[in-house]
Amino acid sequence: MSDYNAPLKDMQFVLNELAGLAQVSALPGYAEATPDVIEAILEESGKFTRDVLAPLNFSGDQEGAQWADKSVTMPKGFKEAYAQFVENGWNALSGNPEFGGQGLPKVISAVVQEMWQSANMSFSLCPMLTMGGIEALELYGSEEQKATYLHHMVSGRWTGTMNLTESQAGSDLAAVRTRAVPQGDGTYKLFGQKIFITYGDHDMAENTIHLVLARTPDAPAGVKGISLFVVPKFLVNADGTLGARNDVYSVSIEHKLGIHASPTCVMAYGDNGGAVGTLVGKENDGLKYMFVMMNAARYAVGLEGLALGERAYQQALGFARERVQSRAIEGSTGSVPIIRHPDIRRMLLLMRSQNEAMRAVAYVVASALDSALRHPDADERIRQQAFVDLMIPVVKAWLTETGNEVTSLGVQIHGGMGFIEETGAAQHFRDARITTIYEGTTGIQALDLIGRKVARDGGGALNTLLGQMKETQASVAKQSGVSFKALAAALHESIEAVTTAGDYIVANYGKDVRNVAVGAVPFLRLLGIVSGGWMMARAALAAQAKIGAGDTDPFYPAKINTAHFYADHVMAAASGLAKEVVQGGASALALDDVLF
Amino acid sequence: MKILVPVKRVIDYNIKVRVKADNTGVDLANVKMAMNPFDEIAIEEALRLKEAGVASEVVAISCGVTACQETLRTAMALGADRGILVETDVELQPLAVAKLLKAIAFNESPQLIILGKQAIDDDANQTGQMLAALMGWPQATFASKVVVDAAAGSVTVTREVDGGSETLVLTLPAIVTTDLRLNEPRYATLPNIMKAKKKPLDVFKPEALGVDVTPRLTTLKVTDPAPRSAGVKVANVAELIHKLKNEAKVIA
Repeated sequence: MSDYNAPLKDMQFVLNELAGLAQVSALPGYAEATPDVIEAILEESGKFTRDVLAPLNFSGDQEGAQWADKSVTMPKGFKEAYAQFVENGWNALSGNPEFGGQGLPKVISAVVQEMWQSANMSFSLCPMLTMGGIEALELYGSEEQKATYLHHMVSGRWTGTMNLTESQAGSDLAAVRTRAVPQGDGTYKLFGQKIFITYGDHDMAENTIHLVLARTPDAPAGVKGISLFVVPKFLVNADGTLGARNDVYSVSIEHKLGIHASPTCVMAYGDNGGAVGTLVGKENDGLKYMFVMMNAARYAVGLEGLALGERAYQQALGFARERVQSRAIEGSTGSVPIIRHPDIRRMLLLMRSQNEAMRAVAYVVASALDSALRHPDADERIRQQAFVDLMIPVVKAWLTETGNEVTSLGVQIHGGMGFIEETGAAQHFRDARITTIYEGTTGIQALDLIGRKVARDGGGALNTLLGQMKETQASVAKQSGVSFKALAAALHESIEAVTTAGDYIVANYGKDVRNVAVGAVPFLRLLGIVSGGWMMARAALAAQAKIGAGDTDPFYPAKINTAHFYADHVMAAASGLAKEVVQGGASALALDDVLF
Repeated sequence: MKILVPVKRVIDYNIKVRVKADNTGVDLANVKMAMNPFDEIAIEEALRLKEAGVASEVVAISCGVTACQETLRTAMALGADRGILVETDVELQPLAVAKLLKAIAFNESPQLIILGKQAIDDDANQTGQMLAALMGWPQATFASKVVVDAAAGSVTVTREVDGGSETLVLTLPAIVTTDLRLNEPRYATLPNIMKAKKKPLDVFKPEALGVDVTPRLTTLKVTDPAPRSAGVKVANVAELIHKLKNEAKVIA
């Protein structure tokens, strides 16, 4: 068990110094997001997550969500915490003011969401899924659907779910079989079974609004014949009150490696005559809508990698300060706290430096998303969107893969006690394991990166990014001191590595796609590590500027040291990964299937 | 009925306090500051009285540096209607604060002033009492329950005292200081945090209020408490009693 304290200082630093909060506040519609208001929001969110959500993380994991009689009971305390969460307005943070939301920027939403996820990842999945539902209805719903659902979903009184997966349709949604039969009155009846439905049923809200992919009777086969429907748990009367129970039930929940408090449901539609739903948008356009929403969902899952890494770090750091074991390697009069041992320090800094790099990349991408949506200059919007599109698979996959590494280090620092559930370190590791899988596996993200994001535009967006990295490298090279020397050298090598690997992908994707695909995940990892290094370099420059201006806060020298460590220990992998991309295809493909 | 609630900006209760190297005080550089927890309880009580229809307005007051505005914004995010800052860089001692509050109260004419019983930085536990004396108002300190009877113009306060609890009836206007168990402060809601910025915040200087805030007490030296020395094991009860009598001198 461990406490969670939001790393407000680093969050503020990244927001202000790297993610350009001042520029975001200047965008149309974000005038209220001034730095002092944001500071107050983050403070209070820090308190709420520390005092209300974090204490339920361990007990929620131990107890787990319970299923009986086609309904789910949440672990002790969740219902009350959710009520307080809604009452205090947190669910509505990024919602459209037209539907009662506060309309705050994505980048602020990202910071607050990181806190929810760090404090209690299982809990955080409920509002995350609701946000997905809100986005779908806001973008593609009819006026009637918006009027019926959005106010309650924005406030959080009603929650949302996404029903995509079926047992034969996982990564390949073309195989969806759930049927939707028009009733002639504008409604449809749905029949079929969906699996892996997060918060498909629970007892924290009055109503649950399911968004469901299904096929109409005349739909063409494959991806072009899938439509999106909205199916409420309780039908909504014309006056807005809740009506009859709809024919959609949770028929079981999964027993999982992690996120035990988050109910993962099997949902049965239409076992008793048909679940009543209405079409969202146009028939057969369902997958198109899903793709538009995917950026937000993938981003949010990426953030989970960072959030769990942060929680694991806080816990490991606490243990490393308290646990006394063995004398110092150079000799000491007695045993020392293990934080004194070189390898423990190395692991703590691997955790910390990667967390800080992930946070910077994540917030900078969220800030770009705000500009892509709101910037007054159309060309700037296009540039920002290109950066976002390139980086979304990196945020999803690099952050979650790194989150797995960081939470694993958290267990390692605890030694034997890390393997014991009572300590709580193992939970973060188990909870992190799903993040590289759901919402598109790492492999899927990497294919998206090399195909749609790099090869298709001939490396255009990638080269723009590399250009920005080179500018930062030049500024770093002008600084003095060992830390900046190491950063400049590492950044120089890393930029070369990305350039080599990127050129290889662009040149060979068309003619030898199988070879290139072997290097997809290594390339994604490479781009993640180097983007993180670029951010750590920018952070070091910003810290140096503060020091130069006479600021004596020890946060700044620590930031420079952490960036230096990242250059030495994390960016060192870049050139190896580039080799893996360029040379690794043949040996992976040569072996005949039968010889495996 | 109007309620005034003074709120003090203090070092956050989660922070480990460090003494400055030159022993002149506590190191506040780069340290997180927050509202004094007893004052949060005072704000909460005032808000509950407003929500119950007893009070019509809750005004938060802070005395000190410009950054105290943040503390006032916090109070307004919790629900206070407006804020007043008495701005000064001078080190404020309880008597000076009590005089400033008296001047504000003269302008505002509240029926009730609710203060934290003490601030967690200097633990003086004086401001409320001094203010009551300066105003000539009745006071009930260390409150664990507050019931206002507006019609009768009185407030009934249960106080935590050494032997248990004591109940007093005060004629309004009055001074109440809060103890820990009076209530559990709420969290600020997101809409209220956003609204807080738009609430009025007036700034005065001590001179404008006609108050001399020059310190009357001089701090000679601030040091860490002496580190606790290791304990000793005693062989038997007789030895323990001997030591308690002759070394610790805590029993006769």
